[in-house]
Order: sequence, then C-alpha cells, then structure tokens
Amino acid sequence: MSILINEQTTFIVQGITGREAVNLTRECLDYGSNIIGGVTPGRRGREVHGVPVFDSVAQLVEATGQVPDGSVVTVPPAFTRDAVFEAIEAGVKLVVIVTERIPRFDVAQMVELAGLRGARIIGPNCLGLIRPGVAKMGGIGGPARDAAKAYGAGSVGVMSRSGGMTTEISSTLTAAGLGVSTAISIGGDAIIGSTYAELMPLFEADEQTQAIVIYSEPGGRMEAELARWVTENNSRLPIVAFMAGRFMDEMPGMSFGHAGTIVEGKADTAAEKIARLEAAGIAVAQEIAEIPDLVRDRLAGHAGAGGARQVVA
Amino acid sequence: MRFFEYESRRILERERIPITQSGHANTPEEAKRIAAEVGGPVVIKSQVLTGGRMKAGGVKFADTPEECEAHARDILALEINGHAPRGVLVAAKAPIAHEYYAGVIYDGVRKLPTFVFSDMGGIDIEEVAETHPEHIGRGHFSTTLPHMDFRAKDAIAQTGLTGRDLTRLTPILSKLARLFVKYDMTLAEINPLVKLEDGSFIAVDAHMDMENEARPRQKALLAELGVGEDETREAREATPFEIEGERIDSVDHRGVAGNVTEFDGNLGLVIGAGGGSLTLFDAVRRHGGTPANYCEIGGNPSVSKAANLTKLVLQKPGVEKIAVMMSIVSNTRVDIVARGVIKACVELGFDPAEKIAIFRIPGAWEEEGFKILERYGVEYADRSVSMHEAARIAVEKVATDAVDGAAPLPGEQPGAEQPPAERLSGAGEVVEG
Repeated sequence: MSILINEQTTFIVQGITGREAVNLTRECLDYGSNIIGGVTPGRRGREVHGVPVFDSVAQLVEATGQVPDGSVVTVPPAFTRDAVFEAIEAGVKLVVIVTERIPRFDVAQMVELAGLRGARIIGPNCLGLIRPGVAKMGGIGGPARDAAKAYGAGSVGVMSRSGGMTTEISSTLTAAGLGVSTAISIGGDAIIGSTYAELMPLFEADEQTQAIVIYSEPGGRMEAELARWVTENNSRLPIVAFMAGRFMDEMPGMSFGHAGTIVEGKADTAAEKIARLEAAGIAVAQEIAEIPDLVRDRLAGHAGAGGARQVVA
Repeated sequence: MRFFEYESRRILERERIPITQSGHANTPEEAKRIAAEVGGPVVIKSQVLTGGRMKAGGVKFADTPEECEAHARDILALEINGHAPRGVLVAAKAPIAHEYYAGVIYDGVRKLPTFVFSDMGGIDIEEVAETHPEHIGRGHFSTTLPHMDFRAKDAIAQTGLTGRDLTRLTPILSKLARLFVKYDMTLAEINPLVKLEDGSFIAVDAHMDMENEARPRQKALLAELGVGEDETREAREATPFEIEGERIDSVDHRGVAGNVTEFDGNLGLVIGAGGGSLTLFDAVRRHGGTPANYCEIGGNPSVSKAANLTKLVLQKPGVEKIAVMMSIVSNTRVDIVARGVIKACVELGFDPAEKIAIFRIPGAWEEEGFKILERYGVEYADRSVSMHEAARIAVEKVATDAVDGAAPLPGEQPGAEQPPAERLSGAGEVVEG
C-alpha cells in the first residue's frame, strides 16, 4: 500500500534543463525514484544526470514506449499551463506543479482539465511528495542525504501548505520515533490541485498510515472543508493540526508567506479555522514540538475503538 | 491588486456594462466642472482603497456644482483609515427603484469561479449571506468550456427573479464574468446594481481586484488605466523600511531575502521561509516577544543579499537584538546565511555574539554554518531545538538585556570568553570564504 507513489512509479520532469530542475532530478534519482525522461522544448538529445531529454511529452512517450505515471512540472509561470495540459493530454495521471506565481485562472483551468481526464494535480507552489525510504517526487526534503535525515519511515501521513514546514514537521515526527508514511507538500496557493479533504481517502486506504498531521495557514476554506469531511466520514485516522500565521488575524487584507494566505473575511482567520478544526475533533497544537505527543494521545484514544472515531472535546 | 472605484468603472465601461455617468477629480474645481457636465444631483466619493467610506464622511451628495465643489474640498482633505484619497469621484445620482448585488469570485473548494447574485444589494454581501441566504444566488462556471449566459441566468433565477428583470440582468452578470476571466480578476463586483424607475439596470458602484501574478500579462489594461508598475496597492501602504527591503530583494536575483513588513518591537527577525516565517513570528509573540519586523529568506540568497537584509533589520530604530531562525532548510544553505548575518553585524560594528540572540537554521551545510558561528561566539541551535524553543531563547535574551543592560550571561554561549576584538579579527576571511 502507498499514497500516490511507490517503488514502481515512473515519472518525468518537465523543464528538466532548468537550474532548479537539474538539482531536483539529481536529488530524486539519488533517493531511488524512477525518472524515465525529461522535457524541454528544443533540447532533444541531451541528458540530465543520465536522464534523456525530449522536445515534448508525446516524443518521450514514443521513445520510451510508456506513458509515465507522473510528471514534475518546473517551467516558468507563463508556460506552466501549457506544460500541464501537455502532460495530462498524454495520459499522465499525477502532476506535481512546483512553479509558483501562476495566475489563478490558469490554475483553475489545469485543475478542471485534470478533473475531466481523471488526473490528479499536487500543487502548484509546492515541493512535491515523499514516501520515506522509497521514493520522492519533487524537491521535498532536498538532497537524498538530507531527506533521509528528516524523513524516517513510519505511521504518520503529513499534508502541509508549506514545503519547508513539511520537512520540519516530518523531522519532528521522525525524531520522536513515529516516522512518516507519506508526506505531501500540497502547495501554498489559493487554488491547489489536491486539498486535505481530497487526499484523506487515500491515506484512509493506506494501511501504513495510522494518523494524520496537517500544517495550516489563514486564508481559504480548505480547513473548513477538512473539518466537514471529518464530520461526515467515519475516518479511522486521528488528525493533529498546526496553525501558523495567527498574527495575521489582526492584519486583514495583507498576504504573508504564501499567495493563498490572506484574511479576507471572518472564515479565513486562524482563530475561526482552529475553532472549526477543534469542533470536528481535530487536535490543534500550539507548538510543533507538541505534535508527537498529541499524535500518541490520539492513537491511544483510537486503540481498541474498532476503527470508530473518538471525538475528544 | 485593488482598483480604485474610478478605475473599476472604466473597466465596466470598456466591457459595455451600463454605469452612471461620472468623472474623476483631483481638485475641487475639477469636481465642480464634472458636476456641471453631469448635470443634476451628484454623489461625491472619496477614492481610497479601504472600506467604510460612507461612515467616515467620504461620500456626500450635492444638488449643485457649487455644493459639489465644497464637498469635494472636504473629502479631498479627509484621510480614511490612514489612507489619503486619490482624488474624488463625481457621479450622477441615479433615481433608484431597487438595489441588487452582482459579483464574481473564486471558490477555492470547488476550484472554479462562481457567480454571486442577490436581490438585496447596496449592503455588505457577507451580511446578506448570513442573515438572508435565500436572497443569494450562486453558480460556478467552467474555465475550460465556452462561456455560457445560462450560468448567470441560473444564479439570478435562484433569488426568484423572473420576467424582464431576469432577461435584462442576465447579460450584465454574464459580462461581469467575462471581464473577470479576461482581466485575471479575483473579485469583480457591482454593488449596488440599480434598477431605475424606467425598468433599466445600471451599475452605481464597482469594486475589482486583479491578481498580482497576472500583472505581467495585463500590462495593456494597467497602462490604459495609468497604474504604475511600482504601485503595489496593498491593504497598507509600504513604509520606507519595507520599500528598502523590497529593493534589497529585487537588486539581487539570487534567492529571496525580502517580503519585509514593519512592526514596532525590539526583536529584529531574520527568518524564513514562507511557512517558517509565519510559524516563527507567532512563536516570538507566544513567548511574549515583540517582533520589529516580518521577513522571508528562502531559495538560497547570496551572502551579500542576506547581509543587506540583516543590516536593514539591525539598523531599524528600537531593535536590540536579532533572531536568525528558519525551519529545516534543504535549498537555502545554512553556512551562507550564517556568513551573511555575521558580515552584517561586523560591518555595522556590532559584536555578532551580542547582537544575534539565537541562530536556529538546521539543514543543508549546517556543519559548515555552525563552525562559522562558533568562531564568532554566536549561540546556535540545530533541529533538536524546536522553532518555538529558539524563539523563546531569543525573547528571553532581549528581556534579560533590557533588565541588566549588560551582555549575555557568560557560559551561555560558546566562545563568550573571547574578547570581541579577537573574534572580529577573522571577519574578512569568514565573510569572503
């Protein structure tokens, strides 16, 4: 069982000859990921760390004789939509969009197309995902040696609106002996391909995952959506949340940290989100260091409950 | 990026949505002239990017051009929520039969743009949604399929409207959706959208926000409206400190060392990255500290860029110490940030061991970074010290200093026994190396 990636998952890197993409390719290869090719228009015939480069996804599919399972897209914002459409129309089912500063309309279009074609988007403005000890897709955790240090295999699924905090939280869970099943940097934009609630069923179906930790920020309705999902579904997974950016509640209309982080109305505030999460039985940590104990408490609460969710006031 | 009402009106005109006749004036004389041109009663509105204009006295009515001139003089001199107005709008006062609300926004959960329509216009739409949800019509529309008017019609019909009102309102709401898409808006609203006594509809006020990310491809519209490339249109105008932070970030393309926001505390923050900064800013306040600023470092900035940001923070009046903290880094190099912050201290004549309350950046190249910090006697922490714990240490040091008026306690930092002069002697080597 696994979430989204496993030992066999093949993927490509679009924009592979860019500086960031070259590093990312090296890191993923070192970590054990199967990168079968890369795309940069006009660069056919080159290699990046031994990975063959093609002009188009179609060319890559023809040359390798297979449709890759996934793609990591790292092209500039003005060209991202085209690259993502290209991947999805070629049959790629998992697209990780690293690029930030993509106009929201373009994101909505990419997500809508993915929905029509049965593909999934992670991001934009994310570092990708990692299954500790197995594979990583994207820059998450950095070089293989660093990623190995921060991400130990274990039982907790991590979803985070911040790429860096995905690693900080995973490192804390690893140091505490809990470890991570799959960690997903879901992206910091106002519209993202996969929200907490949309990824929950995948973790739910993953035997390795016993609990969930999320990192949240003010702005948007993603946390309310998760709270609703938890209330409506009898999930076996206890959830612990951390809410950053509480100070932003005093500064409506200003954006900090990520594009999607802005307090526009009452429902966007950290305080309101915390209230909603807690009302749904989700524990909200005051500090990162509290997370492992909260996870353990929740796991103890669930033990022997036959999978039924125990609501703690 | 927010538009002023007079700009939003021009966008509506451009897209052939009917709107009351109006003009923009920067002087009372201009306002008078526009009132004479418009003829009849007018409304004079302060042009500010903040709410509560009416309450603050920024909206007034006049029956004659002379009265308009007098009101314009008052409004032009009136600051609203700290915003000086960018002129006034003088618009014809419409004979209102009924007020509606028409808006288009994104729904982040469904990930599609959505219509919002109400037959209770002229008041805050969020309030209507809470108190009279049955008076709100909604409907998503596709970003990939061709635009269809029926989506707008459905949203309007949900409020119970039918007959000519429905058929006349549909093209207005539909056009609003088209311009929302065409100009990369994140909000386009007409409130109120007014039904006149003759049964026709006309926009009386408009509010639009364009996404910053789309500014490069909306250059033509922005140029037409006269919006400068340096106009940020943030909720709060940038301070000189913030503008300098922006400059430091933009002159060097390597990595990010910016997104500076000014606060009035005594602990300077050199923090990163996006989520890490949010977490650390909260952490400082949670432990009773008062941050002097917010900022973000990420993407591996150069030594000089990190140093310039640090200098800016160090030189801010009221800053006693700085805390250099980040979540675990993989792209940004610990040693480069360490060199940058030490270089800043040394070049300003400060002892890094005294000025840097804590350095907590674990991750890439940390061994090299920690070695440098050790040489300068700066207290540092690896990932075994949590972000909140690091923030607590920094806050405590500032507080202790304020009480004792002295340097940090001996033994608290490695290398504290060395005299500052000796430590500084190796500065050039470390900074260049």
